[in-house]
Amino acid sequence: MSEILKIQSLNVTPKSAPSRLLVNNVALTLEAGKTTCIVGESGSGKSLTALSVMGLLSKQLQASGSISFQGQDLTRLSEQAMQKIRGAKIGMIFQEPMTSLNPVLTVGYQIGEALATHLGLKNAALKARVEALLEQVGIPADRYGSYPDELSGGQRQRVIIAMAIACEPALLIADEPTTALDVTVQAQILKLLDELKTRMNMAMLFITHDFGVVSDIADDVIVMFRGEIVEAGDKNTVLTKPLHPYTQALLACVPDAEGKKKLKPMDYAWLNAGAAA
Amino acid sequence: MSQENSKEVLIGRNLVKTYTQRSGRFGFGTKQVKALDDVSVSLKAGSTLAVVGESGSGKSTLARCLLQLQPFDGGEVWFQGTNLATLDKEALRGMRRHMQMVFQDPFASLNPRMKVGEIVGEGLLIHGLGNAAEREEKMLRMLQRVGLTADDASKYPHQFSGGQRQRIGIARALVLEPKVVVCDEPVSALDVSIQAQILLLLKELQAEMGLSYLFITHDLRVVRHIANEVVVMQQGKVMESGEVEQIYTAPQQDYTRQLLSAIPGQQKAARKAA
Repeated sequence: MSEILKIQSLNVTPKSAPSRLLVNNVALTLEAGKTTCIVGESGSGKSLTALSVMGLLSKQLQASGSISFQGQDLTRLSEQAMQKIRGAKIGMIFQEPMTSLNPVLTVGYQIGEALATHLGLKNAALKARVEALLEQVGIPADRYGSYPDELSGGQRQRVIIAMAIACEPALLIADEPTTALDVTVQAQILKLLDELKTRMNMAMLFITHDFGVVSDIADDVIVMFRGEIVEAGDKNTVLTKPLHPYTQALLACVPDAEGKKKLKPMDYAWLNAGAAA
Repeated sequence: MSQENSKEVLIGRNLVKTYTQRSGRFGFGTKQVKALDDVSVSLKAGSTLAVVGESGSGKSTLARCLLQLQPFDGGEVWFQGTNLATLDKEALRGMRRHMQMVFQDPFASLNPRMKVGEIVGEGLLIHGLGNAAEREEKMLRMLQRVGLTADDASKYPHQFSGGQRQRIGIARALVLEPKVVVCDEPVSALDVSIQAQILLLLKELQAEMGLSYLFITHDLRVVRHIANEVVVMQQGKVMESGEVEQIYTAPQQDYTRQLLSAIPGQQKAARKAA
């Protein structure tokens, strides 16, 4: 398996308070054809980790550490060099399918933008490629001229996916891509992402807070708590035999569809135990 | 109302609600959308009825019509043996005290300019319950019951986390000692760790205060843990209804099976087989 992304000792801090570690010493490795899920509660630093990789952190924040993508350290690249990678070699999908699309441009045009910018495709060749992409994500090619408001939520998320994979990126970053969708649509989108990942041999970094989604889509799982990775490993180990008390407590909160498990409130006793030790 | 229905605290019969929607690119045309198409539900005292369905299925419209927060085009709503349509404005306002609501978004549903104590105590004031000292005491007791402190009464909503704000929303609804509480996706905006705390709190309060919940959600995992009965809605119609166990283990409708098989976290093989 080839290594696509390697993050080492990544810290993210506010520029105004450099001692506050929002992301604390995060290290992870992504391989081609594998999906790694980052799970954690709000504020655990999972989105900031992803934004650091894309170089899209807010100006009030700064990242340090190394982010090596296909052997290139992204933290040392200029903004211009980063723009060439973003959208071409690293694809991105965000949560809201409603706000990520421009309402006054056709979806065909929006999918084609990245192809025109990064690959220099034009006219008939561009249109043919966009139509092929639409088919690939399960939208009829004659929707090329449709506007976002003419599509359903699930179809819009498919358009976003088509935009993200247009240049056949080596790495796909998906930040809660199904949170805003209905369950039946969510299941379809997860299946689509999984198929595309396999077919295109992409590495996928998938951010979610839903353990159900994790167990459906992940190969590896990383659990984050207050900026730090508390546990990482392959899916089955983390989900069935979690070692860290935080992972155990978090899994105990998740309601199961069978209703067999007794719901437990979050238990932070381990935090105090750790502090006392 | 017949004797056998006396345990049912809230009943909606053959409810119909039609919206007029603009259609066409410039909105010159109109079309009728049936948000509720002959929907009947009944909520038993002290139990939880979950209404599940995808967006646009009419579940929130149903809740608003049952609470008389929205006029509807047909059907009737009975609360504790009274047809609410027969009440005048004044009587209906008195009745509202017994039918409260907990909203989805704990950020948007609290007035940012009011202190928590005012937010929770406002209902008591509006309904003229007790004197100032009694209202204050009730408000403080309720805050403590949902896991907040007396000091929190003088703070503003922005000083709280999402889970705490949802506790404020619950305190505001329950301080009036209602009979029926409509919970509209009360935990879908919360982290899973907070979600479990809020669900357990709602269950405890139900047992203590004898509340009946109408629980609106799209999360079928949550339903299994909190509901006694389930109504499955799609496009304004009730597709299937019954006891939780029965719906989960022996769903009768294709749509219900489809919803159940889409719950994330099941073995992939099982999903493909469904």
